[in-house]
Amino acid sequence: MPRTPSEDTPAISIRHLHKWYGAFHVLRDVNLTVARGEKVVVCGPSGSGKSTLIRCINRLEEHQKGTIVVDGIELTDNLKRIDRIRREVGMLFQDFNLFPHLTVLENCILAPVWVRRVPEKEAVQTAMHYLERVRIPDQADKYPGQLSGGQQQRVAIARCLCMNPRVMLFDEPTSALDPEMIKEVLDVMVDLAQTGMTMVCVTHEMGFARTVADRVVFMDGGEIIEENEPEAFFAAPQTARAREFLGQILSHGQQAAGA
Amino acid sequence: MADPATPEPKGPSRLLHDRRWRAVIAQAAAFALVAALLACAGLNMARNLERAGIASGFGFLDQVAGFEISQTLIEYSRASTYARAFWVGLLNTLAVSAVCIAASTVLGFLLGLLRLSPNWLAARLAGVYVEVVRNVPLLLQILFWYIAVLNPLPPPRQALDLGGVAYLCNRGLVLPWPQWERGGLAVGLALAAGLALAWGFAAWARRRRVRTGRSLPVWRLGALLAALPPALAWALADARVEWSIPALSGFNFRGGGTVEPEFIALALALTLYTAGFIAENVRAGIQAVPRGQIEAAASLGLRPWRVMRLVVVPQAMRVIIPPLTSQHMTLVKNSSLAVVIGYPDLMSVFAGTTLNQTGQAVEIIAITMLVYLAVSIVISLIMNWYNDAMALKGR
Ligand SMILES: Nc1ncnc2c1ncn2[C@@H]1O[C@H](COP(=O)(O)OP(=O)(O)O)[C@@H](O)[C@H]1O
Ligand SMILES: [Mg+2]
Repeated sequence: MPRTPSEDTPAISIRHLHKWYGAFHVLRDVNLTVARGEKVVVCGPSGSGKSTLIRCINRLEEHQKGTIVVDGIELTDNLKRIDRIRREVGMLFQDFNLFPHLTVLENCILAPVWVRRVPEKEAVQTAMHYLERVRIPDQADKYPGQLSGGQQQRVAIARCLCMNPRVMLFDEPTSALDPEMIKEVLDVMVDLAQTGMTMVCVTHEMGFARTVADRVVFMDGGEIIEENEPEAFFAAPQTARAREFLGQILSHGQQAAGA
Repeated sequence: MADPATPEPKGPSRLLHDRRWRAVIAQAAAFALVAALLACAGLNMARNLERAGIASGFGFLDQVAGFEISQTLIEYSRASTYARAFWVGLLNTLAVSAVCIAASTVLGFLLGLLRLSPNWLAARLAGVYVEVVRNVPLLLQILFWYIAVLNPLPPPRQALDLGGVAYLCNRGLVLPWPQWERGGLAVGLALAAGLALAWGFAAWARRRRVRTGRSLPVWRLGALLAALPPALAWALADARVEWSIPALSGFNFRGGGTVEPEFIALALALTLYTAGFIAENVRAGIQAVPRGQIEAAASLGLRPWRVMRLVVVPQAMRVIIPPLTSQHMTLVKNSSLAVVIGYPDLMSVFAGTTLNQTGQAVEIIAITMLVYLAVSIVISLIMNWYNDAMALKGR
């Protein structure tokens, strides 16, 4: 498929996606289209396949049936395509996954230098620019092990941004953080949303979903059960499973929001 | 201060219950015990030597050795001294150790990576290799390579012809050997300088690549740089070299240089055996790197081998180096098994023949032990230095 990413091709288009882990059917006929600049929040109970779904988008997991088209490129076994997609798609993990043997700055310039072949000087400038945006330029020469969790996750965001991605995927980026650090990371993510970045975010931070998301997708048992605008979804979930899930989240989330 | 219910004990018993004093007392007691044992052993030994009429001291080192050594890296004949024999043995030990440390480390890394490869067959074969090699006694493996593989090799007259210049037969590997009339040293040094230059150039080119994003044909330019100094030295020193080409004469080869079968067998056995252990260390080290590291690197668009080289291996090294160090030290010590196939290493020449001829057991065993100890210390210093350079900060 030739790459013609005009403004109206969706950033991500997933059609009839199925995935199995051995005999276990994890993703069942998932359909999801994300427009350019759109922010989609994915939620659902633990084990419902949220991580698996977004990890399929950059081929950390392989799907068995259906199609995934990212930025006009269909994801197949073709290594060139996988490379191209991974260059355009940044991913944030629950446990940060910074490279502990490299400084913050080295973490940020590694991929631009080795993947995009950007001259080091330029890569350093870009990195400092993004480290300022996530508000930790003064930590550039520290090692990840010397930073707090919130700082590490912000570095991870800067590291993704240094590759200048078109799409960012987030897999529960705040769920490994202490409550007082959640806000600093969410603030950076809200900033990022305002720049027009296409974002797919697995999170249970309902406040974040309300302020940022264009759409909330609710998954259960490997299926998308419900899809709606955040206000409508939170105010009046259509399905019993979503209502039950929100009931559990909110009783817990109220305390977190209060903190 | 003092609790009235449990009054502080007075007198010497007070010291026994103080944590700091206890440590000092324990140290002093241990020291006294060791000193007493050593003194006792020394006195006993001196008395025994005196009774047996054996002179002690290192005077024997200057006496004529009077025995032949089959392979020597330096000038040696039966008229040389025992000290010279010591150096011959030591150099042979160091030679086989250096070759095997380098080869087993490279092979071990390859096998370790192969065991983790997604290629099912390659991974299984590497696994079988590692299991077999680690579970057969090393002594047996040395004998295997010596007897079962090198012995059936043909005699010189039916030698396996390797391109008309080198031959493999039961006398070993016979190679053309340069005989320098003059300029040998200059060319040799220039070659070393050229290689160093090429290495430095490659490092510089890599930094430039990183800095500017532009790459150079590193291999071709590097080869040129390596070749240039020796060529220059050759011309300047007006070097003359005769290649001594091995030629069959009667029942054996004349000319050329020979790598003896004992060296080949020992080097093969030590390398293949140690590589099995190193492969396991490498595998364990790589598996100790969390999956998330690989996923994060891949999601940034890094190709698998770059992920390996830039992210996984540097982290795995912390786990790999300590056991790797002990593999290297074990290898040096295992090289003393050379004695069973008659490779003239330190153990066989010095702690074997020399000891038997002179009877200076105490001195010879002490020297030999000190040498092995010194080699181990040097290896561990180098590896510690490397390990410090690789250590993670902030953990
Ligand atoms: N590598 C794997 N092999 C087998 N099963 C897996 C694997 N990864 C995840 N699963 C299973 O797939 C289901 C979905 O997992 P996941 O996508 O991580 O859920 P979520 O992120 O929504 O909590 C879970 O039941 C999980 O146990
Ligand atoms: Mg998950």
